[in-house]
Amino acid sequence: MAKIVVDVMLKPEILDPQGVAVSAALPRLGFTFAKSVRQGKRFEIEIDGDPTPAQLAEVAKAAETLLANPVIETFTVRVEK
Amino acid sequence: MKVGVVTFPGTLDDRDAARAVTHAGTTAISLWHNDADLKGVDAVILPGGFSYGDYLRCGAISRFAPVMEKIIDAANGGMPLLGICNGFQVLCEAHLLPGALTRNHELHFLCGDQKLEITNNQTAWTSSYSVGQEIVIPLKNGEGSFQCDDATLAALEGEGRIIARYVGENPNGSRNKIAGITNTRGNVVGLMPHPEHAIDTLTGPTADGLGFFTSVLKALVK
Repeated sequence: MAKIVVDVMLKPEILDPQGVAVSAALPRLGFTFAKSVRQGKRFEIEIDGDPTPAQLAEVAKAAETLLANPVIETFTVRVEK
Repeated sequence: MKVGVVTFPGTLDDRDAARAVTHAGTTAISLWHNDADLKGVDAVILPGGFSYGDYLRCGAISRFAPVMEKIIDAANGGMPLLGICNGFQVLCEAHLLPGALTRNHELHFLCGDQKLEITNNQTAWTSSYSVGQEIVIPLKNGEGSFQCDDATLAALEGEGRIIARYVGENPNGSRNKIAGITNTRGNVVGLMPHPEHAIDTLTGPTADGLGFFTSVLKALVK
């Protein structure tokens, strides 16, 4: 069994109010390391066996169609053993 | 004339939208998300709410509901289609309108009466207004910040496709204070505030919203 991970992030030019709120909360808790924070989504998709290139292409298609909105978001697809 | 009002699981404002249609003087027909049948309606409203619990992204799941396939085809053929609030989000997810609605810049859910300026009265849903007319209707959303890339924004501005803007302080961080937009043909309109909650002063702050519903009747009679 393999796990395919799709990470979805807002495009850099799109305002991320949630990331800004997290970024403002960190120093209040004494964590002063962050220059900025952006928040995204992670999808973990389990499949039987090792993914074929065709399956990965299909996942990318699904990410483009449903998991991410390409108007405002970018995504990456990778396999996690 | 028959105006369809779609109910998705989690839709809230379908009854108010249907009431607004009736108040404007025509017949409202309920459409169910899982039916691939538009029941012969002449126009469709996608009302506000939290369809499919806003899971994934607002409107992302609803956009693939069976009824949407027929609605998208009909809208591409010129049928008047109005998306209010969550309906606007569905129209953007369906790529019937450009851009996307994202989290309000202050993160708070907004609920109040909002002043708007009508900036285009050439669409199927805004002909009852005059350009520059100010109206007050409720605004209630968590993800109402209209975002798009610079090229899209320039096209919307250049082609006069912004149909309404917020007046005064920008409530949610929308680019260029955009409250509503239309497609190039003018039959599809998305609006974040709620005209269906302002059709008479008994139940709403004003009757300013009724014009959206009387406009579409004029468009259908033409």
